[in-house]
Amino acid sequence: MKMKPETEAELAEIIAGASGPFHIRGGGTRSIGKPVTGAVLETGGLSGITLYEPGALTVVVKAGSPLAEVEAALEAEGQRLPFEPMDYRGLLGTSGTPTVGGVVAANVSGPRRVQAGACRDFMLGVRFVDGTGQIVKNGGRVMKNVTGYDLVKLMTGSWGTLGVLTEVSLKVLPKPDSAACILIDSLSVANAVGAMSKALASPFEVTGAAHVPVGLDGHPVTMLRIEGFAGSVDYRAGQLAALFSDHAVRVEHDAAKVAEGWAWVRDVAPMQGTAGDVWRISCKPSDAPALADRLDADKLLFDWGGGLIWALLPEGTDARARLGALGGHATLVRGSDASRAALPVFQPEPAPLAALTAGIRARFDPRGVLNPGLMDA
Amino acid sequence: MQMPKPDASILARKARIVERLRKVLPADAVIDDEAETRAYECDALTAYRCPPLAVVLPSTTEEVSKVLRVCWEEGVPVVPRGSGTSLAGGALPTADSVILGVARMNEVLETDYDNRFIRVQTGRTNLSVTGAVEEHDFFYAPDPSSQLACAIAGNIAMNSGGAHCLKYGVTTNNLLGVTMVQMDGTVVEIGGAHLDSGGLDLLGVICGSEGQLGVVTEATLRILRKPEGARPVLMGFDSNEVAGACVSDIIKAGVLPVAIEFMDRPCIEATEAFAKAGYPMCEALLIVEVEGSPAEIDEQLGLILQIARRHNPVELREAKDADEAGRIWLGRKSAFGAMGQINDYMCLDGTIPVSELPYVLKRIGEMSKEYGLDVANVFHAGDGNMHPLILFDANKPGDLERCEALGADILRLCVEVGGCLTGEHGVGIEKRDLMVDQYAPADLEAQMAVKDVFDPKWLLNPAKVFPLAASESRRSIALAAE
Ligand SMILES: Cc1cc2nc3c(=O)[nH]c(=O)nc-3n(C[C@H](O)[C@H](O)[C@H](O)COP(=O)(O)OP(=O)(O)OC[C@H]3O[C@@H](n4cnc5c(N)ncnc54)[C@H](O)[C@@H]3O)c2cc1C
Ligand SMILES: Cc1cc2nc3c(=O)[nH]c(=O)nc-3n(C[C@H](O)[C@H](O)[C@H](O)COP(=O)(O)OP(=O)(O)OC[C@H]3O[C@@H](n4cnc5c(N)ncnc54)[C@H](O)[C@@H]3O)c2cc1C
Repeated sequence: MKMKPETEAELAEIIAGASGPFHIRGGGTRSIGKPVTGAVLETGGLSGITLYEPGALTVVVKAGSPLAEVEAALEAEGQRLPFEPMDYRGLLGTSGTPTVGGVVAANVSGPRRVQAGACRDFMLGVRFVDGTGQIVKNGGRVMKNVTGYDLVKLMTGSWGTLGVLTEVSLKVLPKPDSAACILIDSLSVANAVGAMSKALASPFEVTGAAHVPVGLDGHPVTMLRIEGFAGSVDYRAGQLAALFSDHAVRVEHDAAKVAEGWAWVRDVAPMQGTAGDVWRISCKPSDAPALADRLDADKLLFDWGGGLIWALLPEGTDARARLGALGGHATLVRGSDASRAALPVFQPEPAPLAALTAGIRARFDPRGVLNPGLMDA
Repeated sequence: MQMPKPDASILARKARIVERLRKVLPADAVIDDEAETRAYECDALTAYRCPPLAVVLPSTTEEVSKVLRVCWEEGVPVVPRGSGTSLAGGALPTADSVILGVARMNEVLETDYDNRFIRVQTGRTNLSVTGAVEEHDFFYAPDPSSQLACAIAGNIAMNSGGAHCLKYGVTTNNLLGVTMVQMDGTVVEIGGAHLDSGGLDLLGVICGSEGQLGVVTEATLRILRKPEGARPVLMGFDSNEVAGACVSDIIKAGVLPVAIEFMDRPCIEATEAFAKAGYPMCEALLIVEVEGSPAEIDEQLGLILQIARRHNPVELREAKDADEAGRIWLGRKSAFGAMGQINDYMCLDGTIPVSELPYVLKRIGEMSKEYGLDVANVFHAGDGNMHPLILFDANKPGDLERCEALGADILRLCVEVGGCLTGEHGVGIEKRDLMVDQYAPADLEAQMAVKDVFDPKWLLNPAKVFPLAASESRRSIALAAE
């Protein structure tokens, strides 16, 4: 059975009258999590931009809106979603139209997360229907709001297990005129993480720091992005290049090429169309070289100055067993049904945190009808 | 403002409770002498006072855990306290509660410049976090005006902001992890030196929970490299509308200043009389600050000044050196002090969509006349976080009540135009009863459900944030369970 409510009230009625679990579906592009069986509940009927005030840097959108539609509206005013959500379709081999609700429910953030913040940092407000069919709102559409608890953060990244989002408010930012990319050739992983750390600790506002062990030409390349007004970008590119003058450094000034390069990193292009499981590991950046050694992966990609590792591993490999003690978390983003059935998709939590998580879920969805089991360990 | 009646059975058990607390803490860390507990009877919302049953000042997470365990077993409410600078009454005790102050927990536990974080005990003051990393040219970005005094503990509980959060965000955007003790003594670690959560974003909901979910004892904070330089400009306009339009145009033009501060005429007049910063006498004044190298600053300010000129400013003043920059900030930084000189004041904190600025300022002017109380406005304009200061005379009978009524009307106005009751100070007791103006019962129910999970007995700071009527059944169930 498939349902596609057109209004929030209709959605609330469907959930209130549930006789079994739902599988919540935005665009169907981010097929992550334990397999969910349930009636498909589509959000695409809840679509459209409710309000957009460029002068206040805020946009309010119905959750089922296509992401592309929102990005186009922002682009027309010279603004953007600063957290640079990745497009999972290439990596997961899915098709469909990514929705804003899906991005928020999965807290999807790209390379700029290291400087600008994650999706959760740009979330100002939510409306959702909880597992009992109750409509709830939290936050609002203003940039600063500490009125009551921040359920906006709780809902962001909850993968539809606490409620079905119907509307979200986001803070947006100006899209800079210019961008440049500093490319450093042939660094080892350890040296690359060192270089990225040096760049991120400079005053030059690096908005992307990634390392590709096997670049397009077969050699390692470390990428540092800067964005802003043209004069400022030129100045900072020069300063950064000078910081690494003892290495082979190139500076890419062509904005289109810079954008293309970072979309390649963002969408994990090196692992698209490959066979095997893909893991996403968030860690302390300086731990990355040692973790990478222990992973012994078929392919690696480092983003966030080393704080984000993408690893391609043979099907069914338990990355967590290889990683050992990890001050961070590992998620099985792409895995066969067998891998996902055998291994926890999300990082298992220590007992007291798991108890809090379970308690929250039991209150927001007491009957367990919203994407049940999707985040289970 | 009403507070719940103290639980007589707790008051009767004071001696036993204090004795049990003494068993788990060093002798000088438990205060129950009535003369001494008075020092903790209020926070910066001084109109409301009540000495607590006792005060404990633990030095470690382990001590905090032991104290909470005792209070949990005894069914005693606990009010966590940082430096007591809350303007919302967040740290106000009840007579049957134990104040748990983290002021002695002020160590730096770890600084890591390669990974750009610092780990501190949460009693450390906001400014001294930056102080610990300054020699390496780093800083901790959130900068509440109270930063000399307020503690990271309170900043996390209130999700505090500051003048520079237009660019750097508020506390929640700069908080990477916490060590927190739950009411039953369980110690949990959430987040750390890595980014984002692998499961539900519990850190996100702990930040801003006003001491109701757990006692935060340690925090991992993001630190940033200082910009090469910063420079403010001052602009005067002959109407609030024009100043508001200028703010909106600057933002639309794609410049992102680190701060856009706004002062209206009553505020300019008061601060001039007090600080003599040499501000122009006009209806509205903006201070806009940008960062970068000298050339980058020139580039951004060039654009900003060009926009400002289109709005016929009565004054444009660019700081040529550090001295002039200091003078531009002087008046703004002494605004609260200046108000304190003239009168008692109540500082509101509603936030509105920037586009509603002119209308809201006009309405506040009208309401101020209706109530016969002066209101001065000084605020963070870039993000719409208003700070109307209502001037009143605490010695005049009825003035406080009128001031509170005017304050409530102004906050309802903020909600009406699409904003919220509080942008950075928190709800505490001050805005507790107005929550129903912003949230429907189901919205409050969802928030209280989170507290049910973290603190099932409702012992942590129980009389705050939610209207007493809304939280009553939960608080009394907790008591009945004893
Ligand atoms: C042939 C095929 C095989 C598949 N096999 C599997 C499988 O083995 N395991 C598996 O997990 N998936 C599988 N999927 C994908 C699955 O059907 C879902 O598409 C996926 O689990 C998540 O939903 P989504 O793709 O609609 O998410 P998106 O729309 O991309 O959203 C991402 C996440 O957010 C949630 N979400 C979206 N919108 C909202 C909203 N408004 N409010 C709250 N939450 C929201 C979704 O439930 C999802 O968890 C398969 C798909 C196909 C076509
Ligand atoms: C002159 C002045 C200017 C100010 N300017 C600003 C400003 O610019 N921006 C801004 O945001 N605020 C401002 N404030 C408000 C205030 O300084 C902040 O709310 C601050 O974060 C409070 O910190 P504190 O340590 O004093 O907390 P306290 O007042 O001690 O407590 C505040 C809240 O935190 C809780 N709490 C304390 N410690 C803990 C803990 N360890 N664990 C859990 N909860 C805890 C308390 O229970 C209480 O609810 C200002 C206040 C004054 C007096």
